[in-house]
Amino acid sequence: MTATRRAADTLLLLLALVVFWEILHRVAGETAMPAPMPTFAYLLHNLTTPRFIANLTTTGLELGYALLLAYGIGLAIGVWMGAHRLSGAVGEPILVSLYSLPKITLYPVVLLIFGLGISGKVAFGALHGILPVALLTMGAIRAIPPVYLRAARTLQLSPWQTIGTVLLPAALPEVFTGLRLGFTVTLLGVLLGEMFASKDGLGAMIMNAVQIVQGEEMMMVAIVLFAFAALANALLLFIEHRLHRRM
Amino acid sequence: MSRIGLIRFVVIAALIGALELACRTGLIDHRVIIAPSEMASALWTLLASGALNADIALTLSMVGLVIALSIVLGFAAGIAIHALPRLRAALDPFFATYYAVPIFIFYPVLIAIFGLSIMPIVLIGVATAIVAMIIATLNGLDRVPRVLGKVARVHRLGPLATALQLQLPAAAPYLFTGVKLSVSYGFIAVIAAEFILSPAGLGREIADAYADFNNRRMYALILFLLVVATAVNAVLHALDMRFAARRSGGRV
Repeated sequence: MTATRRAADTLLLLLALVVFWEILHRVAGETAMPAPMPTFAYLLHNLTTPRFIANLTTTGLELGYALLLAYGIGLAIGVWMGAHRLSGAVGEPILVSLYSLPKITLYPVVLLIFGLGISGKVAFGALHGILPVALLTMGAIRAIPPVYLRAARTLQLSPWQTIGTVLLPAALPEVFTGLRLGFTVTLLGVLLGEMFASKDGLGAMIMNAVQIVQGEEMMMVAIVLFAFAALANALLLFIEHRLHRRM
Repeated sequence: MSRIGLIRFVVIAALIGALELACRTGLIDHRVIIAPSEMASALWTLLASGALNADIALTLSMVGLVIALSIVLGFAAGIAIHALPRLRAALDPFFATYYAVPIFIFYPVLIAIFGLSIMPIVLIGVATAIVAMIIATLNGLDRVPRVLGKVARVHRLGPLATALQLQLPAAAPYLFTGVKLSVSYGFIAVIAAEFILSPAGLGREIADAYADFNNRRMYALILFLLVVATAVNAVLHALDMRFAARRSGGRV
């Protein structure tokens, strides 16, 4: 099967999705579900309004801070538990069971600790991202051939030099997978945070649009978020594949 | 208990003990976090009073429904898509991106369409959980060894017997991964949907208790959900270990 035919098939499916949307619109009615074409027109018209830009900036800022925290803490835990065998053996099952918990139940606790502002949402986003980054980093470092470490000892590298010049480069492709998964769940965490008890950000915007029955705005935010997440994921996947090939 | 298990137990106990101490001495304000012992006693009182029974039944039956629908429909869809290579090739980019986009953002959209009932919750739950099962089914069917097809022909097995006696066992480990993910995703999505906006359920109760500054009730409910989720995950993990042991045991 040629690549062009595959791409054409995928496009056909996208088209089918729009048709499905149109049918949903016919069935659910104008107020609940606006038609696709008016929604796209609304989207193009409203992408540059100050209100949308302000919400977009808030979400972007929260995502940025949350990622910084998630990557920093996640990498630190992952390197520690990957390099120190006992800590890893003790900690891994704890991390795995924390990973599969419904973290939304902890959101009220996060709000009580960090308050209703931007810091609560940042902390909640980071809470989602830390675990996959830590788990995949740990796995990556454990999978490094022991001979690399013996070489590092032979060359009398300091612990920091060992991490910087041996462990991280060798583990990079897997670590990057962790960063990509971390990105996805951090974005989800930030959005969930915005959907509950928040006035700013795209998550709050979509909840507000539902409450005032503004269908076009609701779909517009969803489309923008989907497009952003899909593009970011495609970019991260592209980098990841190149890292894997280099190895 | 192994040495590592013992250390793990001590670490967890020490963390809980430290939290207890920090709360009891007032280092952590009781308006922020209450002592773990208080959470447990509040949960005990709440469970004994029976006031939660309706919410527990609602939430757990919704989670059960979501998981059952996702596994059955996801498995069926996986088989159908596997049989249609062209459709599958077209769907692959969607599957690769599905869990990278925040599907949950569609929950409010579903509320707009179906109103504030359990319908949007079940739908968002299935939407979150089903794709993991579809992907796992496809993976499992891909990895059925080709030689099994020859074995089936040699033994003159019909299509149904081939599916049940050869293909299903061969794909089972992958299918179980799908089941595990569906359970986890279904649980998370239902609780999240209840918490954000819903008519009833445990997630909603937590949100209400938070809004009422009723920390004893809120922490009791959180503790309950975390215990249930941990127990479910532990059971799945134990099953996983047993399957793995049986597979490696079968290989001489």
